[in-house]
Amino acid sequence: MYAQLVKSDGMKSREEMSPQERAFQDRIDRGEKIEPKEWMPEGYRKTLIRQIGQHAHSEIVGQLPEGNWITRAPTLERTAILLAKVQDEAGHGLYLYCAAETLGVSRDELMEKLHSGQMKYSSIFNYPTLTWADIGAVGWLVDGAAIMNQVPLQRTSFGPYSRAMIRICKEESFHQRQGYDIMMKMAQGTSEQKAMAQDALNRFWYPSLMMFGPSDKESVHSAQSMAWKIKINTNDELRQKFVDQTVPQAEYLGLSIPDDTLNWNEEKGGYDFAEPDWSEFFEVLKGNGPCNKERLGARVKAWEDGAWFRDGLMAHAEKRAAARQAAE
Amino acid sequence: MSKEWPLWEVFIRGQHGLNHRHVGSLHAPDAEMAIKNARDVYTRRNEGVSIWVVESKNIAASAPSEKGPLFEPSNSKVYRHPTFFDIPDDVGHM
Repeated sequence: MYAQLVKSDGMKSREEMSPQERAFQDRIDRGEKIEPKEWMPEGYRKTLIRQIGQHAHSEIVGQLPEGNWITRAPTLERTAILLAKVQDEAGHGLYLYCAAETLGVSRDELMEKLHSGQMKYSSIFNYPTLTWADIGAVGWLVDGAAIMNQVPLQRTSFGPYSRAMIRICKEESFHQRQGYDIMMKMAQGTSEQKAMAQDALNRFWYPSLMMFGPSDKESVHSAQSMAWKIKINTNDELRQKFVDQTVPQAEYLGLSIPDDTLNWNEEKGGYDFAEPDWSEFFEVLKGNGPCNKERLGARVKAWEDGAWFRDGLMAHAEKRAAARQAAE
Repeated sequence: MSKEWPLWEVFIRGQHGLNHRHVGSLHAPDAEMAIKNARDVYTRRNEGVSIWVVESKNIAASAPSEKGPLFEPSNSKVYRHPTFFDIPDDVGHM
């Protein structure tokens, strides 16, 4: 999802655990929150740094496809709303970076790993936003999928991550609603506008399904992460929930999901639907999606172009602190 | 040569009459910028009427490993809670 394919060490059985590890697992099973300075297995720390880091990077890189439309939104009101939404994404990234830093990684290290490609961000942000309807589709589908994943993560075992998720979830609902509101306007507009809305849905449907990651029913990484409560549901469970929730919303808009096999399955109480093209997903993760180079390039450029400014503020702060000290 | 901005802990008073509460942390070059950044990061929806920031390195904290000895003394003193005492109903509200 916002954290896709996070690797963790294979899962240990109770017998293989040290007494300390067993006591740790018991705390998690009791529903206790783990706080930064407390003892934790190295694997727990490392997996969380990867997961929270990837989540934070996704929020920050996720500003780019939407930022693309801030100056071109159709009305001043839409500009203001989109600006507020993109500012929220920056905030979400900052909450998450702070949560990751409590695990002993520095902000600069996280940035460096993003820029060098060692750490990833969600595949979804490597797709372009070609028309205004795409901004609607991103809010409705991408933020909708993010909410699916983030709501259960409010109960995650690591205190700072859980608290960041609670803050984020409070704000996320605005994001999805503003997206759906754009889609409603477009779908009820002229035939050209409706066609744009349908086109946006066509392009964003499968990339949105990919956000949950490939099936992980058999994955050892997932089993360990679920035992540690840093992952709450399987990828397939979340994807199913997302489809079941989204199909009626598309019907209300009078738009069709680009999947001929989509069919209500009475027995399972959910929709049957086509899997996305996973080879495309792996290509995008490898860096070969439509916008990977542009996105990462924009992040690196912003970081490098801002260096003199960050250094300048720091130098100014140090000079003032020294002057204060001299005056005392 | 670049040096990371120091980390600050942010405390917000949500409403008049309430305590400042820890809400999170952020990086900033100095206190003034930390307050400005805290405004943008933690009060975008009217969550506060006042902000405190303090550099994280200046916070002293109790050690998690001392949780037992530190808090045990109050655990065993249940008589500090008013419900410890049975007051007959006839006495009325106390």
